[in-house]
Amino acid sequence: MNYANLFKIAFKALSNNKFRTFLTMLGIIIGVASVITMLAIGQGSKRSIEQQISEMGSNMIMINPGGDRQGGVRMDPSAMQTLKLEDYEAIVSRATKIAAISPSVSKSGQFINGNNNTPSQMQGVGLGYLTIRQLQVESGDMFSEQDIASSAKVCIIGKTVVDNLFPDGSDPVGKVVRFNSIPFRIVGVLKSKGYNSMGQDQDNVVLAPYTTVMKRILAVTYLQQIVCSAVTEDETQNAIKEITEILRENHKLRDGDDDNFTIRSQQELSSMMSSTSEMMTVLLACIAGISLVVGGIGIMNIMYVSVTERTREIGLRMSVGARGRDILSQFLIETIIISITGGIIGVLLGVIATLLVNIIASWPVYIQPWSVLLSFGVCTITGVFFGWYPARKASSLNPIDAIRYE
Amino acid sequence: MAAVISLQDIKRDFIVGSETVHALRGVSFDIQEGEFVTIMGTSGSGKSTLLNVLGCLDSPSSGTYLLDGNSVREMSKDQRAVLRNRKIGFVFQNYNLLAKTTAVENVELPLMYNSSVSAKERRERAVNALQTVGLGNRLEHKSNQMSGGQMQRVAIARALVNNPAVLLADEATGNLDTRTSFEILVLFQRLHAEGRTIIFVTHNPEIARYSTRNIFLRDGRITEDTINHNVEDAAAALASLPPEE
Ligand SMILES: Nc1ncnc2c1ncn2[C@@H]1O[C@H](COP(=O)(O)OP(=O)(O)OP(=O)(O)O)[C@@H](O)[C@H]1O
Ligand SMILES: [Mg+2]
Repeated sequence: MNYANLFKIAFKALSNNKFRTFLTMLGIIIGVASVITMLAIGQGSKRSIEQQISEMGSNMIMINPGGDRQGGVRMDPSAMQTLKLEDYEAIVSRATKIAAISPSVSKSGQFINGNNNTPSQMQGVGLGYLTIRQLQVESGDMFSEQDIASSAKVCIIGKTVVDNLFPDGSDPVGKVVRFNSIPFRIVGVLKSKGYNSMGQDQDNVVLAPYTTVMKRILAVTYLQQIVCSAVTEDETQNAIKEITEILRENHKLRDGDDDNFTIRSQQELSSMMSSTSEMMTVLLACIAGISLVVGGIGIMNIMYVSVTERTREIGLRMSVGARGRDILSQFLIETIIISITGGIIGVLLGVIATLLVNIIASWPVYIQPWSVLLSFGVCTITGVFFGWYPARKASSLNPIDAIRYE
Repeated sequence: MAAVISLQDIKRDFIVGSETVHALRGVSFDIQEGEFVTIMGTSGSGKSTLLNVLGCLDSPSSGTYLLDGNSVREMSKDQRAVLRNRKIGFVFQNYNLLAKTTAVENVELPLMYNSSVSAKERRERAVNALQTVGLGNRLEHKSNQMSGGQMQRVAIARALVNNPAVLLADEATGNLDTRTSFEILVLFQRLHAEGRTIIFVTHNPEIARYSTRNIFLRDGRITEDTINHNVEDAAAALASLPPEE
């Protein structure tokens, strides 16, 4: 049998029955499109959770003064002054599981530039702070070790502060802003990080050397916090143990004494979130599975019904001399054309629907290539199989039985 | 003359539930090339069953069927398909045209399954066959845009297009008015005159007068098999019909 003829036969059968062709294709289109859209929504949520986790820096460790508060008992105010610069230096010189470390002191207040002012927080930090918080300098520079040593009146500021203090869009680097009536020279601008998962604006920050903030603004000798990051996420617990030992020794605590400081890691929070993300993965697999099964059954039904309807046509074709394999080739060509065209339209429709969901409902979406391949593959293979299988059954009948089929 | 068709003790049983219906209970006959045979008999006597066996659309339960000297029962399904494609033209009682398909495409259908016929030749032969049955002006009409008689003629054209050795027709005039029936009979007589072998199943005993041989079936057996020495001319009968209003 000549394949050009079979193609002609298949094309004619398709084009003479446009509505049936369209309906059959519709099954595949809907199947593919719904699977792609469902998976894109699922993937989008999953990825946004994962992104939030990584943006938090899951190996961050925070050391605060004072012991664990128990049952709302008020703490002795002096307990809040237990964290000293010596502690910071001890950790720097002795801890081995720490990748970066920075003291942290802060004061809220108004920043003023001429007629513009904005409330923000002056944070006194060390150089390690950028690494720990995963901040990057966009223009200008971070202040230097020397600025820290000399308690220089310099600062590096976030995007929100820039927008509020320099609404005319002029370059803030080199300009002077006032905080607590002290002039600070801006040495750099931080790259924007947007809002974090808690809804905080991560760009509303002003960083200055901790020495400057301690001496010139707060006039204190103690630290409000020390932040550091463990070398790896897995080492976080070991790092906490190490720091605890160093601090207890430094504070001359005896065995049995309670810690007069608190160490927390972000791991607790992030582990909760990553379990959410794992749950999302399972959920996704379920969504994908169910969509595929539903899509597949739809396709199967339409294909099966349409071929069963066509048993008489198959009988007729056989009665004028079509062999079993001619019938099978014809149906295979037809279903492949339908399935692949339907699959492609389905992919396009799925992508469009996904974008609409993203635009209209502003849900996070992400189309993963494998989800496109999976849905396209499963739906087209189901389509082809259930187009081919009933045709095979029909073509094995006696022509007269196929013609009389009801 | 060689026997185109030779049947020996053909039986066809249908099993319906726990019962067995003996549709053919041992039918034997030879048909020579160029014969015009009518098969008659009461309803349910097995005419269609016999014709389906002759057309290789159905397999007999037992017996030998030689077509052009080849045993059909010993052939593979594919060989029988090729046989239907090259040697047999079958006209169904209910036309069995492809839906939503034009007359010419319906007639081209058998040739689509014959790769030795080019697209151009296929078209020419289909158009010729349609002209033969008087539908030269209805080439592009779809099945549902034609009258019963026209559809019947498309079915006949389709049966003719592959130049079959035998033309089998099951009640080809059953659904038609007298005039159209005669037109079709004239066509069959002309095809017969051209040397074709025709087997024509009918209820109507009048039609027997226009064929060369009459076989009567009753309850799955042949009760009568006579040669008609006095074949009437259908064209003359058509001419003598009262004119149309
Ligand atoms: N597919 C089938 N299954 C079961 N029984 C069948 C089948 N086809 C035919 N028969 C039986 O075989 C017998 C002969 O049927 P057939 O169709 O050959 O009759 P016929 O002579 O063509 O009748 P009619 O003139 O009414 O068309 C009938 O009794 C019928 O019931
Ligand atoms: Mg019948």
